[in-house]
Parts: sequence; structure tokens; C-alpha cells
Amino acid sequence: MDTQGAERPGAKPSPEPRAKRSRGDFIGSSPVTPYLFMAPYLVLFFTFVLIPALFGIWVSLHNWDYMLPGKPWSGLENYTDLFTPGSATSGDFWLSMEATGKFTLYSVPFLVVVPLLVALILNQEFRGRGFFRAAYFAPYVLGVAVVGVLWRFLLDPNVGLVNYYLGKLGLPDDIPWISALPWAWVSLVGMTVWWTLGFNAVIYLAGLQDIDPSLYDAAKVDGANRWQRFLHVTLPGLRPVLLLVVTITILASANVFGQPYLVTQGAPADETRSAIMYIAEEGLRNFNMGSASAMSYVLALFLLLISILNFVVFRRGED
Amino acid sequence: MTQAPPAPKRQGRNPRQLVLRILWYAVLILLTVIFVAPLLWMLSTSFKTRSGATQFPLTWIPREFSTEGFTTIFNTTTQTPVLRWFVNSMIAASGHTLLVLVTASLAGYALARMRFPGRNLAFAVIVGTLFIPQFVFLMPNYLIVDYFGWLDTLLAVLVPGAAGAFGVFFLRQFFLSLPKELEEAALIDGANRLQIFLRVILPLSKPPLATLAVLSFLTNWNDFLWPVYVLISPESQTLPPGLATLQGAYSTYYPVIMAGGVLASVPVLIIFFIAQQYIIEGVSRSGLKG
Repeated sequence: MDTQGAERPGAKPSPEPRAKRSRGDFIGSSPVTPYLFMAPYLVLFFTFVLIPALFGIWVSLHNWDYMLPGKPWSGLENYTDLFTPGSATSGDFWLSMEATGKFTLYSVPFLVVVPLLVALILNQEFRGRGFFRAAYFAPYVLGVAVVGVLWRFLLDPNVGLVNYYLGKLGLPDDIPWISALPWAWVSLVGMTVWWTLGFNAVIYLAGLQDIDPSLYDAAKVDGANRWQRFLHVTLPGLRPVLLLVVTITILASANVFGQPYLVTQGAPADETRSAIMYIAEEGLRNFNMGSASAMSYVLALFLLLISILNFVVFRRGED
Repeated sequence: MTQAPPAPKRQGRNPRQLVLRILWYAVLILLTVIFVAPLLWMLSTSFKTRSGATQFPLTWIPREFSTEGFTTIFNTTTQTPVLRWFVNSMIAASGHTLLVLVTASLAGYALARMRFPGRNLAFAVIVGTLFIPQFVFLMPNYLIVDYFGWLDTLLAVLVPGAAGAFGVFFLRQFFLSLPKELEEAALIDGANRLQIFLRVILPLSKPPLATLAVLSFLTNWNDFLWPVYVLISPESQTLPPGLATLQGAYSTYYPVIMAGGVLASVPVLIIFFIAQQYIIEGVSRSGLKG
């Protein structure tokens, strides 16, 4: 449904110029007015975005134990510790980074490809399309907490629905979905695909509908079959959307927290404990906030590098 | 929704088309089952007895229909006052949404329609922060929220999230698309900027405001990581961290846990079915949330 008619970026110049200079940007009103409009948001923005972004760096340069009165300056120690094998944090931190890396590596291909297939299906004209689109999207509106406790139950090795139906199909019905590898990864990736497929599919769908239909007609005239049309019209047309989806999916997967927190609790051992699980535990349960802040900046830097790499790769592919 | 590529499955007359058509719908229905069945299982289990939930063979219709899952979570004297969490979630998500709408629309309007020193810098900085991952704010915002004495109160989950730049950016883009002539006419009639904003701009902005409201409500209602750590005592929790508590407290008492899941899902599913086009449009147009 089109909710707002045609967009008008850069309203066109009005036909009859008026004498006063109060048009367009309304210089006539008081110079304070814009700041009054901005003020309520800016108070929030400074307090909870801008100041914390910088304050976090300050925290990371201290031995900031929340429970202790003194917070001694420690320079870059929290950072160097992370890169010093054998330090209190480095082993666990890199294990958790590895877990996040694995989850991202395993989940992103599925989260990029499967929603595209679903979007291609939903982009056809058929009766009931709206219903199916809603059904596939529905899990996405649920929170990760619901998804986590639900799948923890479905994947229970003894009483879960998944093993129950596998048994009925004559397959092994005792798969340890949440307590052993590689099953724990299969579970975490699978439930994430189930949960967020609709989100990516909807973005793809918008991209598909932006492709000029005359390109398909032209390709048909040239004798291109369905597959060739997909390869030479659809995929190139989706390139910007694909970049967007790949980027936000990598970032979302690297932020994984709720699924392992609720389903595997990091098991087996700490193999599926994600970086954010470890950072949150270290900072907000053990209150080693300086060290946890340092870890969050290291992780953020990693994500920044991956995003940049991602853009570069897509740029390359364009030539 | 605009035009789709030529439809492959028209009303089939010959057998081959009919088979294709059946296959087509078989795929669609299989996908529907995959997405919907887990939700139905949650609902079904929430109406089973404790033993009935794990009794083989598993059944979709409860053998013995029971509301013990719900009566257990509605009992407010336990360490898991789920009804209280529901109310807390409602207050937090509604308050959060209201705060986002008021602050983001005022700021978005100023950024779209007023010229003032620092405007471009402000916009660049605000949008720039969209690229900072949320986890960077965990430690400093915990300390800031603690400084205000908000730890373990709903303010901790209601306010900080409203500082996100998404709403401002989203509404600014919409306000830019409105024709300026409307405001000029009102200005000539002697209206001031606030009156123009309230009487001309906002009434024209209902669809984007509704989209932002729905997305903000859902985001806050579902938020998990932050409330797990800033809401500590049982009576101050919201539903998502509450579900984790419930899972810990009742481990294999599945009807209770699933009843909690149902309670957390029903409001957002209702919102989804009412405001589907706003949600899907909001997601597909921005791709920034999530």
C-alpha cells in the first residue's frame, strides 16, 4: 500500500516570487525557534548517545570496577591485555570473538540467500500473496526472548518437537541440539533464519519492485529465458539492495546475544558464548567495566573494518 | 506495491499448468507451516498440563485442556509476577513511543525546514551515530543511568533508547517531501512555527508517524539485552528479561514458560496484523532498524 503518494525531494521553486524574504526557510521567525525545536531531542542525544560514546573510551582507560570506590587510571592496559596471551581476559575474549565470528560466518549465507528466494516467490502475482507474506514475516515481530524460550523447548533433545518428528520420519531422534557441536550452531543459525527471514525478504521485495519492468520485456524480446533474466536483469538490479542486506545482516549476526544466552547458555563449554554475551557478563555482572568497554571498542573496530571491506568488495564487483 | 514481473502461474487450463500451480501452492503452504507451526505449538503447550506437555506421543490438541500455565503466571505473589511484567512492558513501550514521537518530530521538523547555524553539522553528527553499534553504549549508559538513580526502574528502559537517531532521520526525510506552500500560506495568516507544526505538518504526517510509533513500540517491547542487566528485582522487570527468569525458575514446566511466551507475543502479533503495512513499509524503506 502506498501511504504517502509521490515523494518530492527538493520542492520545486514556486512560480511567483514574493516580495518578502520570508519564504522557503522562513528567516522571518525568531532565531531561537529552531533550537527550541531541537532541544528536547538534543538533551536525549547528548545524554545517551554522544556523551556515552566518548565516556566509554574514558572508562576503557581505567581499571573501572563499578563496585569499588577508586577507579585508577590504567592507560591502554585494558587493550593491551586483550592482545597479551595468558592475561585474565584475552583467552575468554578471543574465544567469544571466535564464537561470534563462527555464528556470523554460518548464518549470513543463509540469511542472504534464503530470504532472496522467498522474496522471488512473493514477487510473483498469485492469489493470497498478502497472506503468505504476512505469515513469513510474523516471527520477526516477536522478540528474541520469545524466540529463545520457544526454540529451547522445540529443540529439547528429549521432549522437543524437532527430535520427535525426526524420529517419526525414521531419522535419529536423539540429536543433542543445544548441548553439543555442531548441533548447537545448527540450532542457533536455524532459529535465527526462522526469526529474521521476513525482515530481509521484505527489503529484497522492495528492491525487486524497483526494477524497471521494461528491462524484463526487453530481455524477453532478446530471447532470454527465466534463468537468464534472473542473472542479467534481477541480480544486477538488486546490487545496491544486496549490499545493504549483506551489510546489515553481518552487523546483526555479529550482535548475536539473545539466542545463545537463552538456548545454549554458551554450551558446550563456552564454545557458543558470543562476544556480546562475554562483554555484558564481564562488564555488567562482574563489573569489570573498563576491560569490558575496551572489548566493545575492539569488537566495534572489527565490525567497522568488515563493513568497509564489504563496500570495497562490492565496488570491485561493479567494474 | 507496484508491478511485479509477469506472473508465471495464471489460471491453469491444461494439466501441466495445473500441476505447476499445485506445486506452487504446496511450496507456499510448506513455508507457512514452518513459520507458523512453532507459534501454534507455543499456544497449544500453554494450555496443557505439566505432564501433558511432555507426554508421548506429542499432540497438537491438548489431551487434557488446562489453564494451569496461565494461573501460575498470573499469581502475583511469586518471584515471577508475570502480570506485573506485562504492565511494566506496556508502560515502558508506550512511554518510549510517546517520547520518540515528540522529540523526533520536533527535531526532524527543525532539521528539514528551518535554517540555523549548526544545522548541517547537527544532522551529520546525529546520522553518523546510526553507525555506532549499540553494544558500545552498554557500559557508559549503565553508568549514566545509575548516576540518575534509574537502575532497576522503568525509566532505564524507557528513556535512553529514545535518543536513537533513527526517528529523527526518518521524519526529517518525510518532512522534506512536503510542499512548502502549505506552511507559507499558514505563515501569511499569522501562524507561528509551533502552530504550523501542530496544525499543518503533523496532520499531514500521520502515516510516517504511525510507522515510527509501531516500530518504536515493537523495538522497546522486544528489547532484551539492556533490560536483562538494568532491571534487577523481580517486580521491576519487563517481559523479555522476565521470560529468561521464567525459564530459569520453571525449567521443564513448559506450559508456564509457553504461557509467558504467549503473553509476550499476543500484543505484538495484534499490532502486526492491524498495522502490517506500516511495519513492512517501515522496514523496507529504511532497512536501518533491527
